[in-house]
Amino acid sequence: MNTENMPKSLRTFPREKAFYFFTSIGNYTGVSAASLKEFVERINEVNVKSIEFHLYRGDFEKWIGETLEDKKLAEDVGKLQKTNPLGDQLRNQLHAIVSKRYQQLAFGLGLVR
Amino acid sequence: MKIKSDTLTLDATDLKILKALQEDARQTYANIGKRLGIAHSTVYDRLRKMERHGIIKQYTAVVDGEKAGLKSITALMTIYTDPKESERVAEELSKTPKVLEVYASLSEELLIIAKVVAENQESLHAFIANYLAPLPGVLRIRTSIVTKKFKETPFSISNDADKLHL
Repeated sequence: MNTENMPKSLRTFPREKAFYFFTSIGNYTGVSAASLKEFVERINEVNVKSIEFHLYRGDFEKWIGETLEDKKLAEDVGKLQKTNPLGDQLRNQLHAIVSKRYQQLAFGLGLVR
Repeated sequence: MKIKSDTLTLDATDLKILKALQEDARQTYANIGKRLGIAHSTVYDRLRKMERHGIIKQYTAVVDGEKAGLKSITALMTIYTDPKESERVAEELSKTPKVLEVYASLSEELLIIAKVVAENQESLHAFIANYLAPLPGVLRIRTSIVTKKFKETPFSISNDADKLHL
């Protein structure tokens, strides 16, 4: 597939642009995501403390907006932050948002059925 | 002081000179000589030799950053690495001015331990997230931010005074 026509949010990024999951300042879990597809997968695996840490710092919104350049998804994640979910409820809601967006984009390109 | 194939072996007088210098590096050769009961020319000669052989690395000022109004935080990082990449991670870290000390340690896993300074918690996190975590071979990182410093001294001849009978 010609990656030039692919939306940026479906591309795989180099290490320096990947998302690195931390549980608190300076504490890196060893889990990272270099694409939206990986991000969807990692949300299901990573320590939920890490999801809470990044959501409320606005890190997910920033990475999705600036690196993936997906303003719609960034906005949706930003809205989730305002509802203050925690724990597995947060994990499930975030996973639903990002996986739905991934399915939409990937379906449009025929990557999923 | 003995020189064997470019390696300098220090005697008790050399160690006493170093000890005196570490207490106050601005004192004169004459003053050190007087304290130790040796000629100032002997102090001069021995110091030059120790400088040439890299035993004395530099003369520097120890600055109290807090009193100088330089606000910063210090953190100790434990970096778990892939053993194949460990050396490279340590070398990369060593190139960074904000990283003050880098050590390798082999306990249950191969670790790199580093001391780092940053302007604040946010800049510390940005450094670790944007620079350190993406380095190939970094598996995970534990960071402890120092909240109170009880002691910090550079290596001193006095640390080994008992052994050296000084």
